[in-house]
Amino acid sequence: MNSTPTFISTGQRSIEDLFAHGISKPTAGHRAVNFRLNAPYVQMYDIVKRFPGVLACDHVDFDVRRGEVHALLGENGAGKSTLMKVLYGLYQPEGGRILRDGAEVTIHSPTDAIHQGIGMIHQHFMLVDTLTVTENVALGLKSSRGLLLDLDRVEDGIRELSEAYGLQIDPRAPVWTLSVGERQRVEIMKALYRGAALLILDEPTAVLTPQEVEELFVTLSYMKENGYSLVFISHKLQEVLAVSDRITVMREGRRVGTVSTKEMTRNELVRMMVGRDIILEQTRDEVEVGDVRLRLQNVSARGVTGQQALRDVSLSVKSGEILGVAGISGNGQRELAEVVAGLRPHSGGSVEMDEVTINDWTTARRTESGLAYIPEERMHDGIVRDFAVSENLVLQEHTREPFSHGIFLAFEYIARYSRKLIQDFYIKTPDIRTMTRNLSGGNIQRLIVARELSRQPKVLVAAQPTRGIDIGAIEYIYSQILEQRDRGAAILLISEDLDELLALCDRIAVIFEGTIMDVLDRNETTAEELGLLMAGVDPANQEGAQAGVPAGAQA
Amino acid sequence: MTDELFTISTLIGILHSCVRLATPYLFASLGETFGQRSGVLNLGVDGIMLMGAFFAFYVVFEGHNLWVGVLAAIVVGMLMGLLKAFVSVTMQALQGISGIGLYLFGLGLSSLLFKTLIGSVEGVSGFRQVGIPFVSDLPGIGHIFFNHNALVYLAYIMVPVSWFVINRTTLGLKIRAVGHNPEAADTLGVSVNGVRYATMMIGGALAGVAGASLSIGLQNVFQENMTNGLGFIAVALVYFGSWRTVGVLAGSLLFSLVNALQLWVQALGIPVPSEVAVMMPYVMTIVVLAFTARQIQKPAALARSYERGE
Ligand SMILES: Nc1ncnc2c1ncn2[C@@H]1O[C@H](COP(=O)(O)OP(=O)(O)O)[C@@H](O)[C@H]1O
Ligand SMILES: [Mg+2]
Repeated sequence: MNSTPTFISTGQRSIEDLFAHGISKPTAGHRAVNFRLNAPYVQMYDIVKRFPGVLACDHVDFDVRRGEVHALLGENGAGKSTLMKVLYGLYQPEGGRILRDGAEVTIHSPTDAIHQGIGMIHQHFMLVDTLTVTENVALGLKSSRGLLLDLDRVEDGIRELSEAYGLQIDPRAPVWTLSVGERQRVEIMKALYRGAALLILDEPTAVLTPQEVEELFVTLSYMKENGYSLVFISHKLQEVLAVSDRITVMREGRRVGTVSTKEMTRNELVRMMVGRDIILEQTRDEVEVGDVRLRLQNVSARGVTGQQALRDVSLSVKSGEILGVAGISGNGQRELAEVVAGLRPHSGGSVEMDEVTINDWTTARRTESGLAYIPEERMHDGIVRDFAVSENLVLQEHTREPFSHGIFLAFEYIARYSRKLIQDFYIKTPDIRTMTRNLSGGNIQRLIVARELSRQPKVLVAAQPTRGIDIGAIEYIYSQILEQRDRGAAILLISEDLDELLALCDRIAVIFEGTIMDVLDRNETTAEELGLLMAGVDPANQEGAQAGVPAGAQA
Repeated sequence: MTDELFTISTLIGILHSCVRLATPYLFASLGETFGQRSGVLNLGVDGIMLMGAFFAFYVVFEGHNLWVGVLAAIVVGMLMGLLKAFVSVTMQALQGISGIGLYLFGLGLSSLLFKTLIGSVEGVSGFRQVGIPFVSDLPGIGHIFFNHNALVYLAYIMVPVSWFVINRTTLGLKIRAVGHNPEAADTLGVSVNGVRYATMMIGGALAGVAGASLSIGLQNVFQENMTNGLGFIAVALVYFGSWRTVGVLAGSLLFSLVNALQLWVQALGIPVPSEVAVMMPYVMTIVVLAFTARQIQKPAALARSYERGE
């Protein structure tokens, strides 16, 4: 693998480089679309889409050509998905026109969109996991045998397409046995099989390992070479720069501009995206590392469905240190965080805080003793949705002086305290009595961070603290986490975002199927090494693995 | 007296009854399988069966051909299925509750019609046993398997037919998809509600025939509430059979065996209180359901109505 260049690090790469990597060139002219390059294939004019209280698309223009990858870039909530759901017929716009090959078309449903040759891969996969790959592809299609299924013929079609575009899947595998990357290929296959000439991919890389991302990009290049049009939705700059030909940037429902990728730098894009400069690269001061504050010894635990979610996990975090936990979601991260927070019993091993075993401590006792927890499911575990902002801010401390006297809450004090936190942590809310559910994702996360960090914790467990929130809030949360570290807290940071982990952590542990694959020093590892470990492959023991073989197959 | 249980002819008799008595279980639970595979739980099977039983009987009682009676049961069953679909698919009523409602409706209406149209317990001459040429002469086996009336044969034919429809046709694929992930099926242009209407009507037709098999095939009378909750056992059999047609076949045979034993125990005058004997199938249901915890095959969207979210 050492010679495999990556899209992420090297930026754009020609298609010939890809073929040099042991992947055969697609059979020319498969489903040959007769195309004139640069001719707009689909155009959207003046699209307006309103939701209660939000103008999700505010007179947006967008077009995509044949044989190009057009990236749609913007922060969460910018309106990217909405714009594309309009094109796919899931939403009816209040205004605007859609043209295909210059002629106006009406798209009222996904079925109409499919008729127009438009396919969409959703953020959440739409697969029936008890059915096989072939059955999922055949579902809803007219059978060549009338009422009887023609799965054998569909299977042949799938094999043909999978060869042409490097989409490796076993047509007979039931979907529940497939990895996330493979499932995504099934989704792409569904669209291709239905004759889509334009494919919309909504944040397709969010769920993939770096290796799977690369394979996806290879597939996209093949498709582009064959005249397909691709819309690539993302909020990740590196990926957009690596894979696209043109970029349309959206902010708060409006189109900021459409640019040619070649002419853009990262910083220029950031400015378009957020309207100001953002420094995500945090400056890290060197901090004296102290004693071990959190220690897990041979911890095992079961998950929600009773499966063994953690096996013999041993980790320790020192004062003034950030230990990252990298892994694809569902490999035990959630259980790990819950065991430390005292929300999930563990079946073996011990958890220690400041060298004291806390195995049988309640969550409340852990909290009082200096443990702070930023949960992954912020809407479920982090707040009470129907509580006021101020109530959520004092959720843990409301039984203590000065927040209450005896059984009476001290409303005056709580109000003053809440206003201070709202100010200090830049929480955007109309009032302290506003229902928390009405705040945006980024502001809810600021609220949780404010509540947890204002207590000056000794140990902080942060699970996916920046997932799905706007880049401004991310920047702020990064600075807060680093401040806690500098103050001497021991921090366990669980994240799927490797860039985030590499930017913040001192050491990074990789978790795969509930076991810790390795713990690496930030200065001595790379995204590629971490990615392999995340897929369950130990790079140290790996020999002669070929490029182009799916990571899942090696694992 | 007890040794009479163990004579060969008794054994053949019990097994013959077992094969015969499985008929209503098979029709009803195969029908319920279609519904559940598409994500609709129909607890009203018993009510549909009663309606089917009544109409089949009434048509025959009025002097029409037996097959016209079966047809009447099918039509009535489909209408009841349509009603169930309207209430739980279109109106999205809670499926369990609306099923109980359908049961009570079928129970009440069939009793009312019986009282007004017939009045007293009468008999009709129902489907007759037809031996299948050659094989019915085989010793033992011939009588057990090949000496039955047409509805019994039809019930067994429905097992592979149902399997084929579910696993080898486009409708079957849609049924399986809709029962497991209606959102995914919807994005591919499959009409979730359309498929569920179809399975409710298929299930209704089969439940209707299940009723007819009692009133003009096995017992040849109609009585109020003559199913005695057989339709509820049929629902349980679908769970027991893990939503698969062979499983449903195995379950139906198991239950009809218990039934046949119970009848023979009574007929032979073995000193067991008849209430205990009659209770056996119901006790079985509870025991079996308690031990069939394996629900891997369970359609994930079972008993959940579907609404497209914008
Ligand atoms: N179904 C919906 N109902 C109400 N508001 C919605 C809905 N979908 C999206 N929105 C709102 O529209 C805006 C744009 O959302 P979206 O298109 O999902 O953004 P993006 O995909 O760029 O993250 C957001 O403010 C979001 O809250
Ligand atoms: Mg989106």
